[in-house]
Amino acid sequence: MVSNIIFFILAFVAVVSSFMAVTSQKIIRSAVFLLFVLLSTAGFYFLLDYHFLAITQIAVYAGGVMVLFIFSIVLTNQPGVGVKFEKPKRMIVAAIAALAGLAICGHIVYYNISRLYFYTTQEEFKMQDIGFGLLGTGKYQNMLPFEAVSLLLLACIIGGVMIARKR
Amino acid sequence: MGEFITNLLNNAIPIELYLAVSTVVFFVGVYGFLSRKNMIMVLISIELMLNAADINFAVFNRYLYPHQLEGFYFTLFAIAIAAAEAAIAIAIIINIYRKVNSIYIDENVSSMKH
Repeated sequence: MVSNIIFFILAFVAVVSSFMAVTSQKIIRSAVFLLFVLLSTAGFYFLLDYHFLAITQIAVYAGGVMVLFIFSIVLTNQPGVGVKFEKPKRMIVAAIAALAGLAICGHIVYYNISRLYFYTTQEEFKMQDIGFGLLGTGKYQNMLPFEAVSLLLLACIIGGVMIARKR
Repeated sequence: MGEFITNLLNNAIPIELYLAVSTVVFFVGVYGFLSRKNMIMVLISIELMLNAADINFAVFNRYLYPHQLEGFYFTLFAIAIAAAEAAIAIAIIINIYRKVNSIYIDENVSSMKH
């Protein structure tokens, strides 16, 4: 009962803030609305009993990525210059493309998804299981992607320094 | 109608509602990606789309295979990769801003193709 009401509040916040984020006139407001979308996504993960995922979402997305966004907005800010939009024709074409995709996916979700599951309650996964799954090498364990992501982060550090340094 | 609402409030949240929210967020991201000229706005739209995909992974894992963790790990790795991608994209944007003194996708940026 309570969780359903919380779900509807979070869904409302996510949908409205995502609309505001792409239509807002000021970039900094868009960034703040994006923050609301990310936080309500963390709320969805809490409702699904994936607490570790929710905390990761808050720490990495709502913490790190948002700081990067605000950093770049402040660095590239030109005072007195408003945000330019596309021409109205392009905006209408974009809206039609998005609505067409929304219609197709909405049709699929509405007519096909409801038959293929029944809800089971379960207790939360223990942190120990998550750690073994993340760092084991057996079946259903993910050591190799973990190492690949660490290499990716190293490459990103080097690439970021190379791209953004002064020549 | 009243019965429908009490059903919705008393049973578990159906999977379609989560999928509906993520679909709407994804296509709002598509709209922003196609209709905005500012590079940071384009990046914000990409983050919206990635976020909607992450919700889908977690929801399908929780509802269809609740005793396994594959979608959970996929979401975790997707979050890490999205953070790395945002960092690199912002480095590129700041570099373009230094070169052409604007962050709009216009003729300045198109001339950098050659």
